[in-house]
Amino acid sequence: MHASAGRQSFQQGIQALLPLAPGVLPFGLVTGVTAANQGYSFFEILGMTLLFYAGSAQMAALQLLNEQALPLVILITVVVINLRFLMYSAALAPHMHRLPAKARWPLGYMISDQSFALSMVRNQQQPHAPMDLWFFAGSSFSMWLVWQVSVILGVMVGSGIPASWSLDFAIPLSFLAILVPAIRNSASLSAALTGGLVAVLAHGLPYNLGLIVASVSGIAAGLLVETRKKPAASHQQGAKA
Amino acid sequence: MNDLTLWGLFVAVGIATLVLRLAFIEGHGRWSVPPLLQRALQYVPASVLAALVAPAVVLPPAGSDVLVDWPRLLAAVIAALMAWFFRNTLYSLLAGMGSLLAMQNLLPLWIG
Repeated sequence: MHASAGRQSFQQGIQALLPLAPGVLPFGLVTGVTAANQGYSFFEILGMTLLFYAGSAQMAALQLLNEQALPLVILITVVVINLRFLMYSAALAPHMHRLPAKARWPLGYMISDQSFALSMVRNQQQPHAPMDLWFFAGSSFSMWLVWQVSVILGVMVGSGIPASWSLDFAIPLSFLAILVPAIRNSASLSAALTGGLVAVLAHGLPYNLGLIVASVSGIAAGLLVETRKKPAASHQQGAKA
Repeated sequence: MNDLTLWGLFVAVGIATLVLRLAFIEGHGRWSVPPLLQRALQYVPASVLAALVAPAVVLPPAGSDVLVDWPRLLAAVIAALMAWFFRNTLYSLLAGMGSLLAMQNLLPLWIG
C-alpha cells in the first residue's frame, strides 16, 4: 500500500515534469552544441554536465572558458549563480533530513529549479502536509535525465540547429509557465514584479550578480507586503492571549 | 587551460554545487533555519523565476541593435496569459514559441 502510493507519487512527479521537457530540451541542446563547438571532447562535456548539473551555471562557465577566464573566477561565478540552491536546500530540509544518506545525497544532487518549483507549488495547495518526497524524486530524476540526454543530443547534433528557430527563448518561457501559477496573492505578486524589475535594471552587473540582487529584492518585497497585510490579525491574537 | 586544470575546475564546481544543495539538509537540527528565512522561502520561486524571465523577455538578445524585441515581449505575454487561464505549461510554451516564430517570420513580410 505504502510502496504503491510512493510509486504513484513518483509517476505523478514524472508527469508533472514532462510538460517542462520541451523548455529544457533546447537549453540542453544549446549547451551541448556550444560545448562541442568550443572543442571539448564528448567525455569532457559529459563529465562537466554530470558534475555541474546546473544549466545556467554551465552556460556561464562555457562562456567564461571561451574567454580564457581564470578558473577561480569561473568557480566563483558558478557559486553565485547557484546560491539559490542554498534557499532550496533550506526549504527542503524539514522534509528531507530524515531520509537515509543513500537517498538524501542523490536526491540533494538532483535538486533543480524545475522540480523544486513543482514540489513547492504542489505543497502550497496543502501547506500543513509534509512534502510528497516521492513526487519530488520523480520530477527531480526525470528533470536530471532530460537534461543529460538533451546535452548529449546537442553534442551529437552539433551546430545543425539554425539560430532562426529562436530555441533559446524556450527557457525563459518555461520559467514563465512555472512562475504564473506560483503567484497566489499580493505578496507573491509583489515578489515577482520586484524580482523581475530589479533583474532588468541590474542586468549589467558583473558575474550574474543581478540575478542574486533581484531575487533578494523580490523576497524582501514579498515579506514587506505580507507583514503590512497581517499586523492587524496578529495584534488581535496577541491581545486575546 | 590544460586537462588537469579543466577537470579540477569541473570537480571543484561539482563539490561546491553539491555543498550548496545539501547544506541545510545535512545541517538540519545542528543549525536551524531562522524563522525569517523560513518565511522568506515562500517567495523564492516567484522572485527567482521572475528574475530569470524578465531580462530574457524585456531586454533584446546580446548583439541585437533593437531597443525592445517586440516579438519576444508579445510572445511572453501570450504565454503568460495561456499559463494564467489554462494552468498548462506545455500549452503556454507552444503558444509562446508558436507566436514568436509566427511574428518573426510574418512581421517582416507585412512591414515590407
